[in-house]
Order: sequence, then C-alpha cells, then structure tokens
Amino acid sequence: MTTATGPATGTYAPKPGAAPLPRMIAAQAVLETKMLLRNGEQLLLTVVIPTLLLVLFSSVDIVDTGAGKSVDFLTPGILALAVMSTAFTGQAIATGFERRYGVLKRLASSPLPRWGLMTAKTASVLVTEVLQVILLTAIAFSLGWSPHGGPLAVLLLLVLGTAAFSGLGLLMAGTLRAEATLAAANLVFLLLLVGGGVIVPLDKFPAGARGVLELLPVSALSDGLRAVLQHGAAMPWGDCGILAVWAVVGLAAAGKFFRWE
Amino acid sequence: MRSEPVVQVQALVKRYGTKTAVDGLDLVAQAGVTAVLGPNGAGKTTTVETCEGYRRPDSGTVRVLGLDPVRQSRELRPRIGVMLQSGGVYSGARADEMLRHVAKLHAHPLDVDALIERLGLGSCGRTGYRRLSGGQQQRLALAMAVVGRPELVFLDEPTAGLDPQARRATWDLVRDLRADGVSVILTTHYMEEAEQLADDVAIIDAGRVIAQGSPEELCRGGAENTLRFTGRPGLDIGSLLKALPADCTAAELTPGAYRVAGKVDPQLLATVTSWCAQHGVMPDRISVERHTLEDVFLELTGKELRS
Ligand SMILES: Nc1ncnc2c1ncn2[C@@H]1O[C@H](COP(=O)(O)OP(=O)(O)OP(=O)(O)O)[C@@H](O)[C@H]1O
Ligand SMILES: [Mg+2]
Repeated sequence: MTTATGPATGTYAPKPGAAPLPRMIAAQAVLETKMLLRNGEQLLLTVVIPTLLLVLFSSVDIVDTGAGKSVDFLTPGILALAVMSTAFTGQAIATGFERRYGVLKRLASSPLPRWGLMTAKTASVLVTEVLQVILLTAIAFSLGWSPHGGPLAVLLLLVLGTAAFSGLGLLMAGTLRAEATLAAANLVFLLLLVGGGVIVPLDKFPAGARGVLELLPVSALSDGLRAVLQHGAAMPWGDCGILAVWAVVGLAAAGKFFRWE
Repeated sequence: MRSEPVVQVQALVKRYGTKTAVDGLDLVAQAGVTAVLGPNGAGKTTTVETCEGYRRPDSGTVRVLGLDPVRQSRELRPRIGVMLQSGGVYSGARADEMLRHVAKLHAHPLDVDALIERLGLGSCGRTGYRRLSGGQQQRLALAMAVVGRPELVFLDEPTAGLDPQARRATWDLVRDLRADGVSVILTTHYMEEAEQLADDVAIIDAGRVIAQGSPEELCRGGAENTLRFTGRPGLDIGSLLKALPADCTAAELTPGAYRVAGKVDPQLLATVTSWCAQHGVMPDRISVERHTLEDVFLELTGKELRS
C-alpha cells in the first residue's frame, strides 16, 4: 500500500447501510409499476384488449351469452381476463426479460431481500389491477351493467385469482428462456381467453372438454365472479377451492424451480 | 499496519456441469485496488460472482469483509457494490431513474446528481436503457455499484468497450474511491489499466491464480528483458547466438529488426555491440526494454488464442 487509509472523509468515504425495508419495498413497487405502465405491449394486454372486448361484445351480439343483458355476463369474465393479463401474462413476460437482462441478478446483490422484491412485484400487480378494475367497471356501468352480490366474495376471488396467476406466471418466467416465456404467455392468454369462459360460455363446449376447462384458473375466476356479480351468489366455494389449489401449487413450484439468472 | 484482507478465497472450486471453471483458486486481496487479469474463460467472472454471493462454492471457502457471501449475504450486501459484466438494468428505465432507485435502497447514498454529472450520464436524458450506447450502459452500471457508499466494490470489466475519455473517467473514479478508503476488486483485459490502477494484480488462468503481486513485482520477477536493434536484413543469427550466454534467444522479427531476449545486463549489451562491430553492423535504434505487464501476461498464459 502506498497511502495509508486512515479514517476517510472524502465524497466516496464508505458509509454503507440498507435503507429501511418498507422504504426499499415501496421504492421497488413504484419502479415496477412505472416500468409496467410505460410498456406499450403490456398496456395493450392489460388495458386495451379487455376494454375492447368488453365494449365490442356488449354492444354487438356476436356470441350468445344466454339470458339477460350481455354486459352482465361479460363484465365478470373481462375482470377475470384483466387479472390474468396482469398477474400472469404481463408479470411472466416482464419478469422473464428482467431475468434475461440481469435485473433480477443485480437486485439480488442489492440490500433489497428477494422476498422484498417479490412483495414489491405483488404490490405492483395489485396496483395495476385496481386501476384495471376501476376502468373496466366504469365502462361496464356506462354500458348498463347491474352487478349483484357482496364485495367481500369478489375481493376474495380476485385475490385468490391473482395468487394463482402470479404463481404460474413466475414459474414460467423463472424456468423458461425470455423469448419462450413471451411466446408461451401470449399463447396461453389467447387460449384461455377463448376456452376459459371469459367471453364464450363454457356450456358451448362439448361436455367432456367442459369438465376439464372448468378446472382452469381463469374459468374458476370468471365462473366465481359471474356467480356473485351476475347471479348474486354468496360465496362460490368451489371456484375459490380451485383457485386456492392452483395458487398453492403454482407458488410452491415457482418457489422451488425459479432461477434468478 | 495492515488491516485484515477484504477478500479471502481459499482452494475455491466451481464447476458448471462437467466443466471446471475455477479449479482450486487461492486469492487474498488487501484493502486498496486489486486487479484480476486473465484470458477469456479463465474464471474471473465466476470467482468474482462467488465473492458477491451469486454462486455457492463446490468446495473451498470464500470470505468477503470477513463474511460468508452466501450464508451472511444479508449483512454483506449493503456493504458491497456490484457491477456485473453486463446488464442489470430494466430495459425501459432511464439512467437517472435507475440510479436514483438503487440509491433509495441504501441508507446513506451518494449525491445522485453529482454522480450523474461526474460520469457524464446527464446527456442520456430520457432515453431508455435499451437505447443507451454500450459505453453509457457501462458507466451507469459503474455508478450503480458505487452509489450506496460501499466499503468494497466489485467491477467486472468496468472499461470494456469504453472510449479513451470514458476510460480515463472510470480510472479517475477508481483512484478517488481508493483515496477515500473504498477497496476495489476489478477484472480487466487491459494490462495498462492494471498497471495504472492496481496495488495488487492477480493473474488467473484456467481457474487458478498463476501469479500475484504488485505490477512492479510482477514485471521484475522471473520475466526476462528484451534488447532490440535494427541492422541490415539477414544477419547470421546462429553466429550471434554463439556469442551470447546460453539462456538467451535471438530472432529477426521482421527483415532488419532483431530481438535478443534474456537477462539483459551491461555485459549482454557489450556482447551484442561487439558482435555487431565484428560483423560490420551498425546497430541502429538499439534499445533495452523493461517488460510490461502485457509481456508477463503473455509469457505466463501463452500466446495462442484459447478456445
Ligand atoms: N453459467 C455458466 N454455465 C456454464 N458454463 C459457464 C457458465 N459461466 C461460465 N462458464 C464457463 O466457465 C468458464 C469460466 O468462465 P468465466 O465467465 O468465469 O470466465 P472469465 O474469466 O470471466 O472470462 P471473460 O474474460 O471472457 O469474461 C468458461 O469456460 C465458461 O464457458
Ligand atoms: Mg468475465
């Protein structure tokens, strides 16, 4: 050593320390949300498509949605789609690319703990969903929507749905290549949009297929929301059960198999 | 008075499948600047990333600031700054946004505006990370490594792909960090960089440290020196060799450009000039060269390109 390193005083003199946890998580959640709202493709998926489908299918009779106003049938399905688009598709694609570009890796050596990062991601998903729900219900009301049922059951379904979709999305993002995640997440979105009871009632499908389709998370979520919001059911335990199983399995698998780089 | 080492790596082994990337590596880095040199694939990044807590050693021990980087990662992370070899930033984030974010994760960060100014990141404006130039991306990653006022900074090829001005700016920052008591471990392929910045240099090859010391020690120790001169083309090298001590080599590198390698001392210089006098050769541009770190490096790691 050529110079003694006494008690340092300069600009860069070490003064390490982690910020308080709540501040780190809040900062992370804000950044994640900003990134999401800034991304055009994400907005297409989370805002534009659900809005267009809601407006289009409520005003034009393309699909036979059974008795009653079509907006009453469609809105619960579109809300389920919105949850899926944010918690599953959007989160999977964003996280897949963050992994690919070393963002997750870089954050892993920052003072923010991994669970803190995951908490922030969840918060950012929830914030986005709140914005989606506000927007979509406002549009639905303007189209003559008349919802029934209690808000508590709706809230529980949305939370369980978010947990189920997040688990599956993170599982995909943490195991596949980013490009594969991009392709697969979009494909799954499209397939579930058609086959998950979102706009096409499941009783239009053959009985055999229907039995399987009913077990999909998006079907359980749209069916549950529909039971409450369209038919005024108290608490659709069956659908909650299906979502809870998906949530436990998905989150456990994501926790086990997720690779950070 | 020497404080305890900032990094202590003992008999580190790290494999990827059947490929052994780090093969019993020992490295002790004291406070100050340590440069890790080595050819592509030598295991520099693997070693550094093991110190950062990203990889669990297959065997051996790693201590950074006295802590186990995997088991005591929570304690260690706030105290170190990390610049990855590439990436690490949200593709849609602006430079200042990302830097401010990393600052928010620390208790006593540097003044972000001053750092942006210093590293010339102000001109990035509202451009997203994906569209920044390679050099701007590198400087942002460097800023992110130091913004939390760490005790120890790991920089994996901090000046790869930088223009000369940006390289100087990075060197100046490393010097200031050192002066203010921050230790730096950096990897590089530029010998000049190691000579300029490092108190200590470790040369890694095939997953092991094959030489370590100050740049001066490395250039002195073991390495031969060189004597060069120009004369008329086609001199009789065999005859010259006979005149020289047995352990010397001589070669005509390009027509008329000669090089004698060996222990270059006044006696050797006299031998060469008298041989020239005997053969009627005027040795133009005769010069004695001290070995650079680059010579040492090539000597130790071989001159062929590795796969
Ligand atoms: N994630 C990985 N999976 C498999 N092999 C890897 C992985 N990372 C590195 N390797 C292999 O381990 C060896 C050491 O790689 P490492 O990245 O540590 O080298 P390096 O000295 O940093 O090289 P460079 O100068 O090119 O950055 C190389 O042979 C590389 O192919
Ligand atoms: Mg490397």
